[in-house]
Amino acid sequence: MIAKPSGKFLLLAPLLLFLGLAYAVPFLGVVRWSFTLPEPGIGQYKAVFSDPLVRSVFLRTLRICLIVTVASLLAAYAIAYVWVRGTRTQRMLAEFCILVPFWISVLTRAFGWLALLSNRGLINTWLQAAGIIGSPLALARNELGVIIGMTHFLIPFAVFPIASAMRSIDERVLLAARGMGASRSRIFWTVFVPLTYGGLIGAALIVFVFALGFFVTPAILGGGRSVMVAELVYLRIFQSPDWGLGAAISVILVLFIAALLALMRRFIKPAHLIG
Amino acid sequence: MPQHNRKVEIGQMDEARAAEITAEGIGKTFGAFRALKDLSLDIRRGEFLTLLGPSGSGKTTFLMILAGFVDPSEGRLMMNGKDITNIPAEDRSYGMVFQGYALFPHLTVEQNIAFPLKVRRRTPSDIKRRVGAMIERVGLGGHEKKLPAKLSGGQQQRVALARALVFGPSVLLLDEPFSALDKNLRAMMQEEVKRLHQETGTTFVFVTHDQSEALALSSRVAIFNHGELLQIGKPQDVYERPASRFVAEFLGEINLLPLEHVSRNGSGATGRFEDRAIIFDQTAEKIGHEAVAAIRPEHMHLTETPPAGCNAITCCVEGTTYLGALTKYHLKTKTGTQIAVSMPTAAMSSFHPQKDVWVSWPTREGFLLPAGK
Repeated sequence: MIAKPSGKFLLLAPLLLFLGLAYAVPFLGVVRWSFTLPEPGIGQYKAVFSDPLVRSVFLRTLRICLIVTVASLLAAYAIAYVWVRGTRTQRMLAEFCILVPFWISVLTRAFGWLALLSNRGLINTWLQAAGIIGSPLALARNELGVIIGMTHFLIPFAVFPIASAMRSIDERVLLAARGMGASRSRIFWTVFVPLTYGGLIGAALIVFVFALGFFVTPAILGGGRSVMVAELVYLRIFQSPDWGLGAAISVILVLFIAALLALMRRFIKPAHLIG
Repeated sequence: MPQHNRKVEIGQMDEARAAEITAEGIGKTFGAFRALKDLSLDIRRGEFLTLLGPSGSGKTTFLMILAGFVDPSEGRLMMNGKDITNIPAEDRSYGMVFQGYALFPHLTVEQNIAFPLKVRRRTPSDIKRRVGAMIERVGLGGHEKKLPAKLSGGQQQRVALARALVFGPSVLLLDEPFSALDKNLRAMMQEEVKRLHQETGTTFVFVTHDQSEALALSSRVAIFNHGELLQIGKPQDVYERPASRFVAEFLGEINLLPLEHVSRNGSGATGRFEDRAIIFDQTAEKIGHEAVAAIRPEHMHLTETPPAGCNAITCCVEGTTYLGALTKYHLKTKTGTQIAVSMPTAAMSSFHPQKDVWVSWPTREGFLLPAGK
């Protein structure tokens, strides 16, 4: 039986109700705080743009997100290539590498990286034992640690749209290029890669938008020394009761992400992002 | 092979205008499936050879082996007397038109056609000149800057042809290029391909499952079935003198009459069908006691009285189909053999047979095929 249009809306109703109660209503509350706390006006928004600390956190967040996006895209492209065009064994291996991190909580993964990267972590211990380095390398509790942890988390999200674009390439187009005498590297760079641009743009936006709101990974691997925007909001609201500023930062972040998503819709159909 | 030598090789292959290719005992197995069995075939310099057969007959597999995209399991391939079996597709430097065209969707018409020239590192001015001339030749002027998605099926087809021919390949391979086009466009593109063949003088190898297309275009037709080459010859020869029942039936409708008491008689033969003597002016060497007479519907005539000097049998009319220029009669002989006869509609205006008629055909038409399948 096929439901009438009104019937289909009925099926969506629980989700719409949940989104409304759990996201829209609280967000409107946050918006109100940003204009009313500690006193009515747009003072908190002025503070966001004038406060050097807030500004440096925003700039750091943008820098980390850009680096993470580029790193995730490069890694995801290689993984997606093996996943889509590899042999049977390679495909299974790639699938395993994509899915297993998906099933492990973000908290567990952040602590896992800490165990690898910290001063007394596996990497530094081994390198010191092997006599390659004298003192431990600063791999965690700084921006590098945050970037490594976030990139690792976000790679699978970049793999899906890229793999989807790779799958939709007509095999005969690649054969045609070969038949015309093109070398493998020429086919890759002038045919294969350009035909995946849509997937790359979609992946870049997804990773970037996700990265902007990261909280757990930077909090654990940054060790308080490379605070990102989400952590700043947390600090403002829970540690230095400055609800108005925290709320204003949240609102700006949400608007920025909404603008990016609107941009994404122009480049790529939502269905492509899922693969 | 180092990159440096490879480019030289491509250059040399371009020089040979039209190539001749010899397949020697080519076989291909996919797992347990034998797609091609011991195929030997000469492709002559500058000819238009069509590989014809139903789907799964091995014709496309053979084209892919010619292109170098598929390695044969056995046998070898010679081009101009040189063994090319192990030369990969990118170094064979043949033009190819794929089913569905396989244009680069992200490149404009111009860039698509320029691609094989860029691969060959031609100078920008040379590329511009050749691409311009090719666009002119296939009638795509004004569409240079368009993406393939903005073109009609026929225009995409022209881009595919231009791209495959622009670097002057010694062989052009075409894999069912017209299967996506409607009937009128198809006829136009067939003319276009025929003209391009005459103008370029290049060797064309064309794959199709459409027998009328094969007969209309080719210098020679090679008919495939179940991975075997059944017959190769000029369109007229394979149509009028097929070597087997499959070839006879695949190339067009044909009436088959089981004969008894067949005996050779000089260069011809005689046999009996339902108490009537059937005479053939010519016949193949090997014909048994029992054989099948094969006559194309357009060679048969209907009359109300038995004509003289012809083979003739009696039939009753079961129905007619009006086909415009032709009218097709569905008939049945006394023993129940089905017969179809097509006659020009204009000639039938004064003839409305209701029941028993005479079906006749000249003794020079019709031929004998071995009995059984």
